[in-house]
Amino acid sequence: MRVVNVENLIRNVKEMCIEANHFLTDDMNQALKRAADAEKSPLGKKILCQLQDNLDIAAKDQIPICQDTGMAVLFVEIGQDVHVEGGLITDAVNEGVRQGYREGYLRKSVVGDPIIRNNTGDNTPAVIHYDIVSGDRIKITIAPKGFGSENMSRIFMLKPADGIEGVKDSILTAVKDAGPNACPPMVIGVGIGGTFEKCALLSKLALTRPVGEHSPIPYVSDMERELLEKINKTGIGPGGLGGSTTALAVNINTYPTHIAGLPVAVNICCHVNRHCVRIL
Amino acid sequence: MDRHIEAPFSDEIAKELKSGDYVYITGTIYTARDAAHKRMYEALKQGEELPFDLKNNLIYYMGPSPERAGRPIGSAGPTTASRMDKYTPALLDLGLRGMIGKGKRTDEVKEAIVRNCAVYFAAVGGAGALLSKSIISSEVIAYDDLGTEAVRKLLVKDFPVIVVIDAKGNNLYETATEAYREEL
Repeated sequence: MRVVNVENLIRNVKEMCIEANHFLTDDMNQALKRAADAEKSPLGKKILCQLQDNLDIAAKDQIPICQDTGMAVLFVEIGQDVHVEGGLITDAVNEGVRQGYREGYLRKSVVGDPIIRNNTGDNTPAVIHYDIVSGDRIKITIAPKGFGSENMSRIFMLKPADGIEGVKDSILTAVKDAGPNACPPMVIGVGIGGTFEKCALLSKLALTRPVGEHSPIPYVSDMERELLEKINKTGIGPGGLGGSTTALAVNINTYPTHIAGLPVAVNICCHVNRHCVRIL
Repeated sequence: MDRHIEAPFSDEIAKELKSGDYVYITGTIYTARDAAHKRMYEALKQGEELPFDLKNNLIYYMGPSPERAGRPIGSAGPTTASRMDKYTPALLDLGLRGMIGKGKRTDEVKEAIVRNCAVYFAAVGGAGALLSKSIISSEVIAYDDLGTEAVRKLLVKDFPVIVVIDAKGNNLYETATEAYREEL
């Protein structure tokens, strides 16, 4: 059995928090560049160019891309043949977040209780989703999530009779309602199927899929392309100030569901769609 | 149209600003977001003084990331304005000249903007690193215990914003979206 020490986990999570908040992945950089070239509105084009300047400044001067450095969301896939020694995995992840947000000059945006609302001061606890997989590795995906866009996310418990048109309408409704609040151009993560919580999780995970990569399921892939086109015809545009670039991608994940249900979750992310992956 | 203005500013200047204008602000502005608004609102109800004089001033809805040594501020972009909607009309009625944020406002806020000859500006959301370059200095002047949500006095130079709702009630979010909407 392969052994991984928690110190290794802590160090990697710390570094990933800092990396994700200062650098976007190449697919996001390319998507923003393409959008700036294609944008029809002069103001929209100007904003998309500013977003690229913003990314350059963030990387060069080590200033977080956005001041909302998010609540730390992690997907941790643990191989069945790994043994973690030296402490609890959850404690290690939270310690990594604590160190990363402190040493990276990232904003502490977490309150310890949703009603009492005292800031915890170190951006913990993180939201951690575990999965047990085969192998002897640990795969960590960190996706710090800002709440301008998180607040505009929705779940629709549709009826089976609503079908694919009902799903498309729900996604368009969520995007139109989000409008300028979600800092467009957005990336739209969608989960269809499962249960109430499963579809939400699918939609969050969909945001970590590279922009430009489509579902392997033909009808889902078609729906992703069709919805992206429709969303970009809403006129919302960059910053919500009008234009032809409202979203950069629509990523949809599906899962089996119950005979009586058709859950749809729409997790909206802004153009600062951050994620960082490492395999230990 | 591109314009350069100084903050604070009078209703006369506010009247000249039109929805869609690209404006560079130089001068003093104040930050306040959710928790600071709640406190200011409660202070008003108790008849207590606010941390700064609202008259002709601008509030920037922003909570920065921590600054590195030698820099005035960290990342400093706008937060969603609608969360402040509940508190905004009362502040406008007391002389607040405008707000900088991002996202939609309620009809009540729009009416208060028109009633008081005020302006709602948007800064580009998610451009916190870029926007921080227009901030020369930052000083916490109240509610220090709120951390990033404390009230800060900012000195800004050519801080770039766009007029969304002008003093006549024109709303760029509505007109611009309509202009670029294509039939589905």
